[in-house]
Amino acid sequence: MNSASELLTADGRQMPHRAFDVQTIRADFPILKRLIHGKPLIYLDNAATSQKPQVVIDTLTRYYSEENANIHRGAYSLSEQATQAYEDARLKVRHFINAPSEREIIFTRSVSEAINLVVHSYGRKYIKAGDEIIISAMEHHSNIVPWQILCEEKGAILRVVPISDAGEFQLDAYEKLLTPRTKFVAVTQVSNALGSITPVRQIIDLAHQHEIPVLIDGAQAVPHFKVDVQELDCEFYGFSGHKLYGPTGIGILYGKAKLLEAMQPYQGGGDMIRSVTFEKTIYAPIPSKFEAGTPHIAGGIGLGAAIDYLEGIGMEEINAYEQELLVYAMAAVSATPGVRIFGTAKEKAGVISFSLEGVHPHDIATILDQEGIAIRTGHHCAQPVMDRFGVPAMARASLAFYNTKEEIDALVAGIHKVKEVFG
Amino acid sequence: MSDLRELYQDLIIDHSKRPRNFRVLETANHTSEGYNPLCGDKVTVFLELEQDRVKNVSFQGSGCAISTSSASVMTESVKGKTLAEVEALFDVFHNLVTGKPADGGATPELGKLAVFSGVSEFPVRVKCATLAWHTLHAALQDKGEPVSTE
Repeated sequence: MNSASELLTADGRQMPHRAFDVQTIRADFPILKRLIHGKPLIYLDNAATSQKPQVVIDTLTRYYSEENANIHRGAYSLSEQATQAYEDARLKVRHFINAPSEREIIFTRSVSEAINLVVHSYGRKYIKAGDEIIISAMEHHSNIVPWQILCEEKGAILRVVPISDAGEFQLDAYEKLLTPRTKFVAVTQVSNALGSITPVRQIIDLAHQHEIPVLIDGAQAVPHFKVDVQELDCEFYGFSGHKLYGPTGIGILYGKAKLLEAMQPYQGGGDMIRSVTFEKTIYAPIPSKFEAGTPHIAGGIGLGAAIDYLEGIGMEEINAYEQELLVYAMAAVSATPGVRIFGTAKEKAGVISFSLEGVHPHDIATILDQEGIAIRTGHHCAQPVMDRFGVPAMARASLAFYNTKEEIDALVAGIHKVKEVFG
Repeated sequence: MSDLRELYQDLIIDHSKRPRNFRVLETANHTSEGYNPLCGDKVTVFLELEQDRVKNVSFQGSGCAISTSSASVMTESVKGKTLAEVEALFDVFHNLVTGKPADGGATPELGKLAVFSGVSEFPVRVKCATLAWHTLHAALQDKGEPVSTE
């Protein structure tokens, strides 16, 4: 790796990228040494959650062994250190998505909570009866249900942008849905069920021509490629930590400061106030206003460690490797007789959803599991996508940069075994 | 592979590909719907009861090999039985697929249902094997609302 690929870390240090060697990478993930039914684990359910590198595990252990204290309140060194570590993690997140200010980075439990926060604090204040909210036909349930709840409460209307047979966002149809009644757009950047990358740049630009704010669900995007929220210019961007090689129970909401400042708090409690009397409570400035209660401190710090780890490898390197692996996997799986692939968008990230003629996805998963191969089956929390393709369920293999071509070969061999069992 | 063969026995594969009594039963006087939200399996059980005896039974739906074949074998097994006999059979079947030892005392003959013994090695598949039975149970009670495994 040459010096051209060096980058700055959050605290301004030069950090040279590691040369991308998948075997070296794999050694960083202790779980990949596990045997399942006597066979090496082949983990292909990364869109559900990713595995954790040793540095993230060590960070959690060190935090609880050496740094644990509540934050933002202790007048003693241990609390000060914990606060510092947590706020450092916020800076790392800010740098990772190139947010203008760390005040715009809110720690949540998950991307689901990030979306619910926007629905509660922005939606309840600004959305009125007859207003329209636009989502796409390939949203995760977490970017459907909160908006449905809001629409029901306010008498607003949910509009859904259709997808093509290839699983591509229909930009023409979207443009037609944008009207003076449209008051919000919430769209995923990468479909969890199909892997399609949506044209978020154009989606946001078109919305902005009508002065409509946009939320991007980045849960399936940030693990695969560099995201720059200033370049996107979206109002809100959410993602979860555990799909980004960090701990579960931690997520991020980025929001433009001007909007966040005008919004209602999400939950009331400790940490989100400046002063409380029984007559009046003054809320803390952002981001604290949206962070009631003791947060998942270890989770935030662990997410910071995951981001350091990823930046040490380089998101460009990760993306290049994963794209090569995806092309290989799509070709290998689709060449298997009887396989039908769902999601063939030109721009795709990390997901191969498929079915096998005459075999239910659940049976595919059971048989592959006996080979040590973990894939997801079911509706992938995206039932409208299943309906769109007229199937009750799909099998899904989803990739991470620690997966290999040999593992894809094993997946294909496993699919042949499924066919054998079903004669 | 031995566990797999134990699970996917020929009879199960056969019934999953060619389910028996797979139709709407026009003469049904009890029906119920079952749903497994985890995997999307759906089943509707149609029952024609004559006093306390199952005169006829059928099912429809979509699901994995285990749930489809279980529904299919179930319809064959309960036809002609009394309600008490059906409930006793469900108990024995439930013990079989969850790997619990059979209760003491007289137990009904499992017959073909015995092929589902391999399911007990696959805990996540127990719900697949029992969905049709829970749905049948609800049809007998005529609860009139869909049964969910969750």
